[in-house]
Amino acid sequence: MIATYFTQVSYIIAAALFILSLKWLSHPGTARRGVRAGEIGMALAIAGTLVQSGIVSYQWILVGFVLGTAIGLPMAVWMPMTHVPQRTALSHAFGALAAGLVGTSEYYLHTTDLSTFTMAVLSLEVILGFLTFTGSLMAFGKLQDLVPSRPLVYKGQNAVNLSLFAVAVGTAVYLVMHPGRSELFPVVAGLSLLFGVLLIIPIGGADMPTVVSLLNSYAGLSAAAMGFALDNNLLIVAGALDGSSGFILSVIMCRAMNRSFSNVLFGGFGQVRVVAGEMEKRSVRSATAEEAAGILEAASSVVIVPGYGMAVAQAQHKVRELYDILTRRGTEVKFAIHPVAGRMPGHMNVLLAEADIPYDRLVEMEEVNPEFPQADVALVIGANDVTNPAARHDKTSPIFGMPILDVDKARTVMVIKRGMSPGFAGIDNELYYTDKTMMLFGDAKVFVGELVKELTGSHVRV
Amino acid sequence: MPSSLESALFVFVLATFVGFEVIRRVSPLLHTPLMSLTNAISAISLVGSIAIAGAEKSHLSTVLGTIAVVCSMANVIGGFVITDRMLKMFKKREPDR
Repeated sequence: MIATYFTQVSYIIAAALFILSLKWLSHPGTARRGVRAGEIGMALAIAGTLVQSGIVSYQWILVGFVLGTAIGLPMAVWMPMTHVPQRTALSHAFGALAAGLVGTSEYYLHTTDLSTFTMAVLSLEVILGFLTFTGSLMAFGKLQDLVPSRPLVYKGQNAVNLSLFAVAVGTAVYLVMHPGRSELFPVVAGLSLLFGVLLIIPIGGADMPTVVSLLNSYAGLSAAAMGFALDNNLLIVAGALDGSSGFILSVIMCRAMNRSFSNVLFGGFGQVRVVAGEMEKRSVRSATAEEAAGILEAASSVVIVPGYGMAVAQAQHKVRELYDILTRRGTEVKFAIHPVAGRMPGHMNVLLAEADIPYDRLVEMEEVNPEFPQADVALVIGANDVTNPAARHDKTSPIFGMPILDVDKARTVMVIKRGMSPGFAGIDNELYYTDKTMMLFGDAKVFVGELVKELTGSHVRV
Repeated sequence: MPSSLESALFVFVLATFVGFEVIRRVSPLLHTPLMSLTNAISAISLVGSIAIAGAEKSHLSTVLGTIAVVCSMANVIGGFVITDRMLKMFKKREPDR
């Protein structure tokens, strides 16, 4: 009896700690306390579960603990920050697989005595769990470049996917009414696994932030469904928190790209379009590091606009040196962060924080946009589509309506870029052709290094 | 079990609302740590996995339960550790600058 009380009390405290944990995460000052709260809650919940009377053997649990730690810990400790999106996608896959497998075991353990309600939530758990498992593995593959990150689309794709999903759900509904037909269960599981793969195939690399958030939401919901099936309120609470978090992030990501959910899932956006016409050679003004450094030297305020290209070139630490040297000269330096900069929500902030750039210098889009007209220099490093003014006025542009950083309003615009290749959306950026834009051609890391060298040199001379 | 369904739905709806309110306040600065933290928290499915793996009711359920424990445990450990690792990097400007 005491064990049961302990379990119940530990679950209630754990649920409260989980909510507090997310509450404390709202600000960088208290965020680490949030992690502690979550850890304590988790430890309590595990302890509360281990003392339950239903557990007759600890052997396999221990094996699972050891193996799980052996997999999870090295990834968390050594994974480079550029690969956090991949780790996140993998962890969604793990979480969803766990939910799917628990649902499967529950079904086969109680096949004959399942109530309609339990069978319904078990089906939901298994469908969501398995589709999120393979979907997240596909997202991982695309992020890691194991699978081509361009969207693979074919005619009738949506019809095939939707009918496949409909068959899976239909079979599940039949199973709910006839839980004893256990030969149908593998059909539901298999179709869900297949659907997860097919769902992600047509989605392009540029949409990964949205997809990862959406899969996060599904993983949470499958955990909540497990809570319904096992009649465990703690699971329901944790799953609901995870589900709503993923949902909010997906909405933010969609809004940042001016797209709808259905457009992300079924649109096949991000494929390289062959834009006919309008390919006339417009001239750009390119400049050397010396010229650019001269302008930066005279500037009193600089806004740096980092994109994922900066991370690909591993230029964060050079950028930090540039930040240091400009700040030391009394220049006001800020970083303008677009919500979809990077490959998952908030990714760019982590990359810059890792390079030791103070977080109060990282400014969100809404806050920084009114400041561009007062900025002497806007320095774009590895960002493209999020700076394209066509999104504001060109109704024919595929990115029309997407909120952008108003880089073109700064007095001087500098763009560090390897060449004139278009961005993810495959469209030309008219920012590059304005009179005040200087194109700085070269590798981001090398070029920023040269800027730093120029600025240091002149600093010594003065 | 209608009473159980009702109370479970009750908990789900309330938790979803609490989740929306709390998570809306999280600064976009911390959205990546947010995702890894919620991920660690939802790895509480470990609780369900432990119950299946430890009950030893059938070979199938023990095997599936053990795999589920491995997956959830990887998320629990990995999720909390990487969240903390990321948050450690977020620093304010040193006062002398």
